[in-house]
Amino acid sequence: MSGNQIVFIVLAAIACIGAAGVVVFGDNPVRSALFLVLNFFVLGFLYFTLGAQLLGISQILVYAGAIMVLFLFVIMMLQQQSAFLRSTESDGRGPIAWLLGATMFMTVGAAVLAPLGGVTGSPILDTFGTPQSIGKVLFTGYAWPFLISSVLLLVGIVGSILLAKRKF
Amino acid sequence: MSYQPIPTIDWWAIAPVSIVMVTGIVALLIEMFRPNRNNNTIVAVSLVGLFLAGLSVVPQFSMPFGSSFGGMVVRDYLGLVLQLLLITVCFVAFLFSEPYLREKRIAFAEFYQLALWASAGGMIMVTTENLLMFFLGLEVLGIALYCLTGMCRQELRSEESAMKYFLLGAFGTAFVLMGIAYLYGPTGSLRIDAVSIAVASDQPHFVLMALFGFGLLLVGLCFKSALVPFHQWTPDVYQGAPTNVTAFMASTSKIAAIGALIRVLAAGAPLVSYWFPIMFWVAILSMVVGNFAALVQKDVKRTLGYSSVANGGYMLVAVLAHVQAPEKVSLASTLFFITGYGVMTMGAFAVVSLAARDGKEGTRFQDLHGLWHRAPFAAGCLILFVASLIGVPPTVGFFGKMFIFNDALAAGLLPLALVLAVTSVVSAYYYLGIIQAVFVQEEGAVKNESGRPQAGLNLAVLLCALAIFGISLGAENVLKFMAPAEDGRQPVAERTVAQR
Amino acid sequence: MASEFLPILVLMTVSAVICAAMVTLSWVLGPKKTTPYKSSPYECGVAPQGDAKERFPIKFYLVAILFVLFDIEVVFLWSWITVFKDAPLDFKLFSGAVVGVYMILWIIGDAYVMKIGALDWDEATSLAPEKLLADAEAARAALPAPVPVRQGGL
Repeated sequence: MSGNQIVFIVLAAIACIGAAGVVVFGDNPVRSALFLVLNFFVLGFLYFTLGAQLLGISQILVYAGAIMVLFLFVIMMLQQQSAFLRSTESDGRGPIAWLLGATMFMTVGAAVLAPLGGVTGSPILDTFGTPQSIGKVLFTGYAWPFLISSVLLLVGIVGSILLAKRKF
Repeated sequence: MSYQPIPTIDWWAIAPVSIVMVTGIVALLIEMFRPNRNNNTIVAVSLVGLFLAGLSVVPQFSMPFGSSFGGMVVRDYLGLVLQLLLITVCFVAFLFSEPYLREKRIAFAEFYQLALWASAGGMIMVTTENLLMFFLGLEVLGIALYCLTGMCRQELRSEESAMKYFLLGAFGTAFVLMGIAYLYGPTGSLRIDAVSIAVASDQPHFVLMALFGFGLLLVGLCFKSALVPFHQWTPDVYQGAPTNVTAFMASTSKIAAIGALIRVLAAGAPLVSYWFPIMFWVAILSMVVGNFAALVQKDVKRTLGYSSVANGGYMLVAVLAHVQAPEKVSLASTLFFITGYGVMTMGAFAVVSLAARDGKEGTRFQDLHGLWHRAPFAAGCLILFVASLIGVPPTVGFFGKMFIFNDALAAGLLPLALVLAVTSVVSAYYYLGIIQAVFVQEEGAVKNESGRPQAGLNLAVLLCALAIFGISLGAENVLKFMAPAEDGRQPVAERTVAQR
Repeated sequence: MASEFLPILVLMTVSAVICAAMVTLSWVLGPKKTTPYKSSPYECGVAPQGDAKERFPIKFYLVAILFVLFDIEVVFLWSWITVFKDAPLDFKLFSGAVVGVYMILWIIGDAYVMKIGALDWDEATSLAPEKLLADAEAARAALPAPVPVRQGGL
């Protein structure tokens, strides 16, 4: 077993634990959110092992750092009502949801995972996801979508202020 | 990796989108520096900007068609017509928005900037063959609309609809993104013809992944264009949003999503045997569910919401006919019907927005009682819009449905044509209910002294009415104008397949 | 390629182990003689009242989301500065222009946030009543005075 595989297995195991932790502690949303941080953080490292460094850094900076703060704020804003939100009585929809979800998972898994079984190497270059190679493409061929993304962020700024701040 | 060559910029191709975006930024600057004035300046600047954007589209009809930025911006008939239509819809929405917003006490100037950017997002969606650009356009359009939907912050209904729209819209966007990822995986191409590349590679697992990705992409697009069974958000969101936002959203989001759907379905031609039966049933269900659910609604905006679902079904019939037989059926009737739909919807919602007064707004049928006395001109035009929505000859709605019917027959899709005809007849019942509420009933308990229609609204309604007359009087010419195949230009379906 | 990041991985592992050890060991080895008074949260020396899980005002959220948006804008610049130094002149000019436009949009967004008072901590209105009517004087007369700053802290 190569070193790469060991690193992958360890990281994947931690990511899976994090993902499981998100849903297992159903009664405490803050704990779920912290497990999600763990999951995002380890995912960032998985991106590094794939050579996608810019993506890895963005994952850690933006998701594990900033977006999770928003998650926690939302939980804090809703905390008092969480007793309302959790319905205690089961109405029989649970098993059906499980059944449908499992069927969907198996169908998609069988269709998509089987063809990927024989894939061993990655056809992409080693420098595929470095900030340099992305920068060289992003500011020439993809300059127009790059500028549109800045307008998208402006929409986010104006929209969030419209929804949260401005009032009479 | 070496430095890429600097791309040559086709300024005309990006001009309409850029002008609309810059207009939004200028409007934002005006709001920044004059926050204590009314919005008239912003409206004026926005209208001028939209007019300029429209002007920048027109000369492109005679320019050579093709793509620039490596397929990120495409100039073709479909894109140009839809861009022009999106600009017009935004223009009309701005005409009647200001009086409505003041009457409703939500005079946020941010409406104008966000609506302009949403419009630009829609214009990006209909003029690209690159999935990344398509996604960006979808996001600009979507996020701006989520915020606009929740703009009326004193009403719980508005917040609820914003929440629903956001959650389901984000769900749909996630499907689109997963679909793009699965198309990118086997082909390494972000272009919309990744499907053809995957099929041409002759590797069964590549085809399978492309099929899966294409399916996810279609699910996301059906969410966005509110086709059954992904339509559940539509009536709630249409009802809860402020009426001018509903009008804008109903037209812009539908036009952009159907425009994108046309390109995606045309690009999916190599897999047509897989998705055609599904989309066939989606079209039938949209027409049936949309029209029959509208029958039992007690709220005008919900009724129009279901009617928009049904109209999405009609458009899908036209698109399917084009994809089924691209050599016989051009996109002209699709474009004709979308144009008519945009105009009718804007007009109808503009009249419905008259129900708002003094910060309150009721949109149940009885809240419209007596509108006839208050706003005779607008109410009179409502007859025209409703007649057109039903498809009474000689309105644009009639011609649109007739062309689609003929197309469906020409493409050998008899069941779709029959369902279209039958459900159109059913739809007459609930459309006439709106007319009845406005004209037949006397003003009930809800007396209405204030809230006289303003010049902007009358102008908007007049423009829509004139457009309905104009398009239907010159239906043959408009259809000829919209038929790109006639002067040797390839239809979208053929061109995309030929490019692989 | 992987060796480049091996030191970072080692650093992360070591720091994770040290943190875990500190928490676990002090929990295992430390004396545990709790009284109800000891385990109550410290609140300036007086008995705590109310629930710790209070709802947050939305302005915290606004600060956070504005931070995220500007944070994302910065991430894009990272890939630009890594390639700018050794680039040929045409790339420098073109990407410089692109990033210039990008930065202008950023500054406009920032100026908007400041100008509109989105980060002001009081809860006064930020929208003028004149928005509602065409005539500013009539608007001032017709509408009530703006809501004053709420007294007493947050």
